[in-house]
Amino acid sequence: MDAIRAAFNRLRRIGRKALIPFVMGGDPNLATTSQVLLALEEAGADLLEVGIPFSDPLADGPVIQAASARALARGATPARVLEAIHAVRRRLRVPVVCLSYWNPVLQFGHHGVAATPRGFVRAAAACGVSGIIVPDVPVEEGEPLRAVAAHEGLAAIFLAAPTSPPARLRAVARASEGFIYYVSVTGTTGPRRQLPPALVHGVRQLKVLTTKPVCVGFGISTPAQAAAVARVADGVIVGSALIRAMGGARSRAAAGRAGRFLRRLRRAV
Amino acid sequence: MLPDRTGRFGPFGGTFVPETLMAALTELEHAFAHARRDPTFQRELRELLAQYAGRPTPLYHAKRLSRALGHITVYLKREDLLHTGAHKINNSLGQALLAVRMGKRRLIAETGAGQHGVATATAAALFGLECEVFMGEEDMRRQALNVVRMRLLGATVTPVSSGTKTLKDACNEAIRDWVTTVRTTHYCIGSVVGPHPYPLIVREFQSVIGQEARRQILQAAGRLPDLLLACVGGGSNAIGLFHPFARDRRIKCIGVEAGGTALTPGHHAATLVKGRPGVLHGAYSMLLQDRWGQVLSTTSIAAGLDYPGVGPEHAYYQLTKRASYVAVSDADALRGCELLARTEGILPALEPAHAIAYLQHLAPRLKRHTLVILGLSGRGDKDVHALAQALDSHGRHSSRI
Repeated sequence: MDAIRAAFNRLRRIGRKALIPFVMGGDPNLATTSQVLLALEEAGADLLEVGIPFSDPLADGPVIQAASARALARGATPARVLEAIHAVRRRLRVPVVCLSYWNPVLQFGHHGVAATPRGFVRAAAACGVSGIIVPDVPVEEGEPLRAVAAHEGLAAIFLAAPTSPPARLRAVARASEGFIYYVSVTGTTGPRRQLPPALVHGVRQLKVLTTKPVCVGFGISTPAQAAAVARVADGVIVGSALIRAMGGARSRAAAGRAGRFLRRLRRAV
Repeated sequence: MLPDRTGRFGPFGGTFVPETLMAALTELEHAFAHARRDPTFQRELRELLAQYAGRPTPLYHAKRLSRALGHITVYLKREDLLHTGAHKINNSLGQALLAVRMGKRRLIAETGAGQHGVATATAAALFGLECEVFMGEEDMRRQALNVVRMRLLGATVTPVSSGTKTLKDACNEAIRDWVTTVRTTHYCIGSVVGPHPYPLIVREFQSVIGQEARRQILQAAGRLPDLLLACVGGGSNAIGLFHPFARDRRIKCIGVEAGGTALTPGHHAATLVKGRPGVLHGAYSMLLQDRWGQVLSTTSIAAGLDYPGVGPEHAYYQLTKRASYVAVSDADALRGCELLARTEGILPALEPAHAIAYLQHLAPRLKRHTLVILGLSGRGDKDVHALAQALDSHGRHSSRI
């Protein structure tokens, strides 16, 4: 949690906006994920977001669904993805956050009656992860995650959406630690040719309610879009477009493509 | 009264969905609470159910079936006689009325066997709403007749080719559509699954089954039943039958799940029998999953039961022992289907055929004059193709009746 705060404080001081790439852990294999994370930092990432693959990613569009399926087909598990992060953690200076749907978090380390995120959060903390995003846990259901994450020193990051009325935006702003993840579009993840015109207003509305950093994700794919978002938000999250740019490549080829893609965005942000 | 304000049935239920949907779920909760108290809404729904859908459905004393099974008395709650051929229309009409009240002009639905899709397409046609139904490619193949029906009714049927290409993936795709279209669209969920308030809403609209059955059995047999039996996929017809009797602790409730080809991972859909708690499609309930929480694929001859999750209220009934849950194999379900067809001249859908098969298995151990109500949730017309194939592959298995 402190690592994320420190990262945003530093960015604020030097007047720079955060660039946060998302990759799916284990897509197409775990060794590639480690190499890609190093290349992304090298290319200017300020935070790294790593997905835990899930069989039923219902907030995701086709690109991340396919990435998830590829990772699972090659035997990626939550534990192995965390180990892959752990393996490169010492060589990374920027914080790493994990994105996972709720069920893999709940089932981690439990083989009887599940119901606590403790096992996952503890393992993530031990592997050097600084924050956790769970897209199917709204603030109403977020207390168990918040409590455990706070105890283990992880930031529980909540999402706000264009459909969130002001009262919900306030609740999300209060609950979220590290930063607030603002969903740019009413829809699933995946590149959009155009971002909604109401996005700027939505981000400003949220920023009035909080001093916490607001990062925008979903649908951002081009340097121009990233630049436009960076003008109003504290950070830009890019997932599907990056995964598409990697094109299913492995190891150094994937790392090379990921680095080149991110450098183009870095110049814009 | 359950669910509580957070949508919980004991530990089960809740609202595990993306933030984008939360405002719509709150709106739905309010609209439903309001409609429930509104006499105009209730009258409209009652009239539709009576004049359009064909309620009340008969509670039929199946004498030849009873005799074939020994000395028990079996009544069938004939939801198979409803318009569109299954209990699903009770819920689709109710939710379509709600959608109209909320000013939403488009309905989306997931469907497995196609019965919920047909019911929702029917309700949409009746109210002049746009309708899109998501259906797994595998289910479209095995329930081709219902695909044609939905299209004739003016609905768009969108094939789902991700994952296992069945009901689970159709739900995922419907939720993804709803995340995108939530401002103008109502998601008409077909079972007592999904995030709060859906399990409550669908239970409310399906409870008409048990409410009628209660009145009818008192009139016909002069007493309440000893045993209620219904098949469980997501569990809407079972909740509809069980719930109005839930406070009568003396009445035993048994839900029958799909045992598929074997009770090993991937070969069945017996969620309550073989699953453990987890989150799928917005609710914490029982779930078929691997040790890492990845959802397992399922197998069942009955597309309507072929689902790795189950309604949270069923998980609660199981936990509190208010109901018990068992599994019946594909092969036994076929025998159940045949038994009812030959003894009563009623061809059941493959889903309730599971309940008939379990009753066949249980009957020798029941006391004389045990009074049973079996939820006959749908008719078998949609399954004729599957039955023909099964008859061929089972070498025209001869009946013992």
